[in-house]
Amino acid sequence: MFRKLAEVFGHGLKNRSFVIGGIISLLFFLVAFLSYFWTPYPVEDINIAERLLKPSTKYLLGTDHFGRDILSMLIKGARNSVIVAFVAIGIGLGCGVPLGLTAAAKKGWVNELIMRFNDFTFAFPSLISAIMITAILGPGSINSIIAIGIFNIPVFARVARGAALSIWKREFILAARSAGKGQFKISVEHILPNISSMLIVQATIQFALGILAEAGLSYLGLGTQPPMPSWGKMLNEAHTFMHFAPQLAIYPGAAIALTVMGLNLFGDGLRDVLDPKLRRSR
Amino acid sequence: MTLLQVKDLSVTLITAQGPQEVISNINFSMDAGDKLGIVGESGCGKSISALAMMSLLPPDSQTSGKIILEDQDILSLNSTQICSIRGNRIGMIFQEPMTALNPVKKIGAQVSESIDLHMNLNRKQTLERVTELMDKVGLAVSRFPLNLYPHQLSGGQRQRVMIAMAIACNPKILIADEPTTALDVTVQEQILDLIRDLADSSGMALIMISHDLGVIAQTTQNVMVMYTGNIVEMGRTVDVFQNMLHPYTYGLFSAIPHAGSSAQKKRKRLSCIPGQVPELHLRPQGCNFADRCSKVSHKCKAIEPAATKISDQHQVWCYHPLTQEDKK
Amino acid sequence: MKQPLVKIEDVYKDYQLPKKYLFQKAPFFRALHGINLELNQGSSFGIVGESGCGKSTLARIVMALDNPTSGTVFFEGRDLFNIPSAELRHLRRNFQMVFQDPYGSLNPRKNILGIVAEPLDTLKERLSFAEKKERVSQILVEVGLNAADTDKFPHEFSGGQRQRIAIARALITRPSLIVADESVSALDVSVQAQVLNLMMDLQDKYNLTYMFISHDLSVVEYVTDHVAVIYMGQIVEQGTTKSLFQNPLHPYTQTLLRAVPDVNPLNKRREVKERIPQFEMTSKSCPFLDRCIKATKNCADNAPKLVENMGHWVACFNPDVA
Repeated sequence: MFRKLAEVFGHGLKNRSFVIGGIISLLFFLVAFLSYFWTPYPVEDINIAERLLKPSTKYLLGTDHFGRDILSMLIKGARNSVIVAFVAIGIGLGCGVPLGLTAAAKKGWVNELIMRFNDFTFAFPSLISAIMITAILGPGSINSIIAIGIFNIPVFARVARGAALSIWKREFILAARSAGKGQFKISVEHILPNISSMLIVQATIQFALGILAEAGLSYLGLGTQPPMPSWGKMLNEAHTFMHFAPQLAIYPGAAIALTVMGLNLFGDGLRDVLDPKLRRSR
Repeated sequence: MTLLQVKDLSVTLITAQGPQEVISNINFSMDAGDKLGIVGESGCGKSISALAMMSLLPPDSQTSGKIILEDQDILSLNSTQICSIRGNRIGMIFQEPMTALNPVKKIGAQVSESIDLHMNLNRKQTLERVTELMDKVGLAVSRFPLNLYPHQLSGGQRQRVMIAMAIACNPKILIADEPTTALDVTVQEQILDLIRDLADSSGMALIMISHDLGVIAQTTQNVMVMYTGNIVEMGRTVDVFQNMLHPYTYGLFSAIPHAGSSAQKKRKRLSCIPGQVPELHLRPQGCNFADRCSKVSHKCKAIEPAATKISDQHQVWCYHPLTQEDKK
Repeated sequence: MKQPLVKIEDVYKDYQLPKKYLFQKAPFFRALHGINLELNQGSSFGIVGESGCGKSTLARIVMALDNPTSGTVFFEGRDLFNIPSAELRHLRRNFQMVFQDPYGSLNPRKNILGIVAEPLDTLKERLSFAEKKERVSQILVEVGLNAADTDKFPHEFSGGQRQRIAIARALITRPSLIVADESVSALDVSVQAQVLNLMMDLQDKYNLTYMFISHDLSVVEYVTDHVAVIYMGQIVEQGTTKSLFQNPLHPYTQTLLRAVPDVNPLNKRREVKERIPQFEMTSKSCPFLDRCIKATKNCADNAPKLVENMGHWVACFNPDVA
């Protein structure tokens, strides 16, 4: 297992988008991790006297309308984004992959049922439905995680089913069947390892989308609640000061854009690295 | 007149183990109307040499030597000049008619593709030419309209379309790379007959690449046997097949179960060549076959053998060509 | 008389085709049309035919990987399609399969130990890891590989070696029947000879029964002692290899045999002329009608049944008795 990881990493170093995307993503995770131990200032500190300051040596990125340090809020907001996106992906993988594998293994009406359910979920614009869910369950970070997670399920189910169907046609599956293995064991032992690289790549893409969705929900005030800062909420609060303090919107906006781009680059690179057929072409 | 001359051709490809020479110093020549067979196992370089003649090698490969078609060296041409040769003066048939045809284009359009490129014909003349070609390959337009898609045809019929495409511009040379390997024997028989008849009637030279000794025996006049990028034996097909001199050629021949084996009382073991084809980066010094050869000597392991002329029509690259006794 | 190891009884297999219109009754394609065969312990039975004739479907049915539409298969007297699934699972150790594609039949993500040990799960007793490894190493040596290869992955082996791994996997439960579906056709001739010799040696050693499916007539002639020739899902000729190859009676068998290119360049073949079918094919006709040179009105109206002739069985009204 370790050798395999090292091998993937070795190939990855030759791939430009893997390296650049990887560095950006890594920085993002480190910043999120850092917030547990240290932020320049506590984000709950309201200091009206020092509101809307321009960047200075004391406040590297300035302060907002309550006089809170923007850099500290960005650092803590990163943590929030990571947690929401991570758990939402966990929900998507945990429910979507078994559904997809079952659909591929059982075929027939089970497949129809799962896929029609998928189509049904896909038919709603995901953000609007997330708004609906949070509106019903009430705003908050847990509920936004659930809302985003639910919309990850059909994505992973579809990817897992498509990939699994192509693996089911391979001869080694026939060999496993003639060894007496049942559908469940084959799915776990043979199919899953062969589709894992595809799932990992999809997960990085969904991760970026999760961050965006979380920002969107928070922007609407349905996500993370105060005093916990979040990038989306920072954007929301910034829009009233747009004319005289545009930096309040620019910093969280830039943070979201950079992180999403970094993760997408990383996902792209990872796909090339994990797929040996594409490895030589770049 | 010499139509094609290959001089000291070497090809180096970039592999996972770094650059590797996959063809080393091969020489041969062909006259118009010749039928040359190239036989060998996978990895012997037979397909690579065909691709070299079409200048279709991967861009990071290196070639040295000359491939002279009439009076042009193919390897020294630029890409536009190459395009005027491919499909025009050299036609090629590939192994997999399923993948070599474009599944979303009608067969008529696929056949007319190279005509549009290389022959200056108007639409009506093109259509006439396509109809004539389809007739020639046994897909009369009355039964197989030009607006069929490849998936509506059987494997053998698709291969006929491929042949029509390859001969569309009356090429001087037709290269057939394992044209029947994916086909059933009865269909193979028909396709081989077709290729041979087309070559005979148009005076086109044929290069038949196959791993199947039977296919080579039935379609060619001359043959070269390749092993790990080298020619090991070359000559008239009759001479080579009647009197195999290189231990590899003979080993290959003896490894096939022969028709009539059921008549024997007791099943004999098949004779086989020990070991396996060495990987590119592990090829030995000296003769590449030395490690698997029954007649190996110290000399074989040190210096690569040069061609020994047995007769005007038969050459072998071996220090110890087989004698009649060896074959018993 | 001794009970046959495998008895294939009147097996039909239909595959549904996609509908042309929404409310049409789904059309079907009959892949197997009433196959009856018996395989005896220790024999090698060849199944010959062209692609699409149904020979691989037959292999999958014998392996109980696919259900027949009607008819059944008895293995050691037990009906494979009428026993509880747990019993079938345990019975599977007695019949194993070697597939055609040495690249596709081994899971690229598993090591050799995992691949070869897989059928051991069908055994009643649970084996420890050490026992499994011991058995796998043993069998690897037997098929001509190294005992230490257990930790390697399939991509580290050549095509011939992979096929040896596939044979090791099939052998590990000490089965009595091995179904070999085009097992050597993807290999180079020199490697093919090595693998065929290995299979013959293993047969002698363990009294294995082979069901050997191939389109390559010379390989079938060499390996087997009984052959059935299948055309469009039906057996057209069947008998001992010797009698059938020495004395082919069915026009289809003769066509097949004549089509194999001779390795002697001096033996030029006659050219084949395209035949124009004289009779209309119906569902009752002989399946070979449109390609047969000896077709008569009778062939168009009735399908011939297998009858004994010159020491073997042939389904033809006008067999070519020399």
